[in-house]
Amino acid sequence: MSIVDARHKAGHDEAEGAAPGKVMAEFLQLVFSGLTVGAVYALVALGFTLVYNASDVINFAQGDFVMIGGMGTVFLMAAGLALPVAAFIAILAAVLVGLLLHRLAIEPARGASPVSLIMITIGASIFIKGVAQLVFDKQFHSLPAFSGTTPIAIGGATLLPQSFWVIGGMLVLVLGLWVFLERTLIGKAVLATAANRLAAKLVGINVTVVLALAFGLSAAIGAVGGILVTPITLTRYDVGTLFALKGFAAAMVGGMGNPIGAVVGGLLIGLLEAFGAGYLSSTYKDAVAFVAILVVLLLMPQGLFGRRAVERV
Amino acid sequence: MPQTAARRALRAAAVIASTAVASVFAVTPGLAADPIRIGSVVSATGPASFLGDPEQKTLKLYVEALNKKGGLMGRPVELVLYDDGGDANKARTFATRLVEDDKVVAMVGGTTTGTTMAMIPVFEDAKIPFVSLAGAIEIVEPVRAFVFKTPHTDKTACQKIFEDMKSRGITKVGMISGTDGFGKSMRAQCMKVVGDYGITVAAEESYGPTDADMTPQLNKIKNTAGLQAVLNPGFGQGPAIVTRNYAQLGITLPLYQSHGVASKSFIELAGPAAEGVRLPAPALLIADKLAENDPQKKVVMEYKKSYESATGQPVSTFGGYGFDGIQILVQAIERAKSTEPRKIRDAIESTKGYVGATGLYTMSPKDHLGLGTESFRMLEIKGGDWVPTETK
Repeated sequence: MSIVDARHKAGHDEAEGAAPGKVMAEFLQLVFSGLTVGAVYALVALGFTLVYNASDVINFAQGDFVMIGGMGTVFLMAAGLALPVAAFIAILAAVLVGLLLHRLAIEPARGASPVSLIMITIGASIFIKGVAQLVFDKQFHSLPAFSGTTPIAIGGATLLPQSFWVIGGMLVLVLGLWVFLERTLIGKAVLATAANRLAAKLVGINVTVVLALAFGLSAAIGAVGGILVTPITLTRYDVGTLFALKGFAAAMVGGMGNPIGAVVGGLLIGLLEAFGAGYLSSTYKDAVAFVAILVVLLLMPQGLFGRRAVERV
Repeated sequence: MPQTAARRALRAAAVIASTAVASVFAVTPGLAADPIRIGSVVSATGPASFLGDPEQKTLKLYVEALNKKGGLMGRPVELVLYDDGGDANKARTFATRLVEDDKVVAMVGGTTTGTTMAMIPVFEDAKIPFVSLAGAIEIVEPVRAFVFKTPHTDKTACQKIFEDMKSRGITKVGMISGTDGFGKSMRAQCMKVVGDYGITVAAEESYGPTDADMTPQLNKIKNTAGLQAVLNPGFGQGPAIVTRNYAQLGITLPLYQSHGVASKSFIELAGPAAEGVRLPAPALLIADKLAENDPQKKVVMEYKKSYESATGQPVSTFGGYGFDGIQILVQAIERAKSTEPRKIRDAIESTKGYVGATGLYTMSPKDHLGLGTESFRMLEIKGGDWVPTETK
């Protein structure tokens, strides 16, 4: 019976033909889809930016913080904790992993070339995934949506309530990070270290503490992203790789080192993927992010918002 | 180059020597305690571990049970088991080891199509029967003398789905498939047989194995006029996300999933969006709900009970493939009254009416799988559980 109904419905839609409303609805749907996914890419890119600014390291374990946030919350909830408590502990766990990564892997290699440091982070990422397989498991998991799963209809397109959490959470974090960097003394210390490490040392900034802070903070941002997005995208021990790649693409497109660029880059990659899959072909969806990097690097090697950090001083 | 020629000669000599040794082994009449060695290479860890782990547990469980009952033909059975971690290269190395070092008489294993295809040449060359536990039809089509398999093929699943669609009067469908090995293979098989049922695929989309959002693709399907149902050949988390996005977009057409997601975790991951989804699955999944007079009821219930009490984990389709693999092999050895690989092969090929956990097997020289569409049950998800749509 539902088939017959659906056939009528389909026929009805057909009768309206390519009405502008339908075209608009499709466009809106793709925008929603792109913004939701893009918001997470933006958060990962933000983590890249923070660590890169403080240390010139591109931390490829950034995606794994997303995984720790999601998987940690899933397992703590399974252990009987309420969502907010579980999420909080999972974020703390990610921060701890971030600090350990800095203390045990990056700090001992201080003075090594950025390429060596990047390789260390790739190794750390593989290690974290290995441990996650043992601590958690190898299955996919989901979290209950924070405020229901009833889709909200806007202009003929539909949006999950969780998408608001993801996009809203991203905006709050970006704002919070901006306030922290521009309005607090510690934040200024991070910026100063980014601008010129030697000069920062000379004025009495403890550069090691600032670096540890950057790692811890980027881990927290990644974990929050992971918790927000898990009800939509599911999570597993190895989801970090994809987030790291897409987040890296976002950071590159936006201009490595620029927080605004990271956010714009993330949303842009998300939207491009959605439009690519919706209007062209879904076969090349994953290629979109990397084509975007190539185009941006060829035309604007500094990225859309890239400026030498030095210029800010 | 003389050096390589010399080396080649050496290698040839080594091969001859080792085959000579092997044939000596085969000819020597077995002592009473001389074990029958059955080989296995499964992906108990790695990305395919959710398939390989229950297979490994099942194989161990049943070989143990067999030995408790006194073994085969008065001889104990030894299971030589390796874990390839889902890596086809490793699988091939282990296969060679099984043949050359462990001197197994037969092999049950090969969790994924990739590892199976890598191992086939080894067993074909050594003329040792290989019962694969992997899905793709390429394993037994074209028929290879020594290669058999127990899992349903994608083709059978496609046929089952299209049979069901036809009975509901559906003639025009949309398809969204994963671009991973499973999705691609099943898509190809479905496209091959779809015409036989008078059904046309009017919209086709795909998604990557790690995609987290399929709304753009589903939106295109939604806007294609005249569709009556949507089919999603896929595996892993992709189908769960497709199902969620499908509900999010408010698409009301019947949604068909494949046997690739026939597990409880799919219902958990897809949540309430899974309501009304149909998929073909083996009887094992609904063991409790099978009619008392169902031919598979007894086998399925016994396997479920022994697996669940031994491992403490719920039974899965994949463990069932392992169960059928080892049973078919053991019964073949009993019928052949021999441990000679060629005789075992002939006996496997003459398997007739074996009632397994996966279905009813009748093999032939042309069919090294032996399952028909009746081995699948069409299920619908209702109230967070499977419900058979047809009564037998």
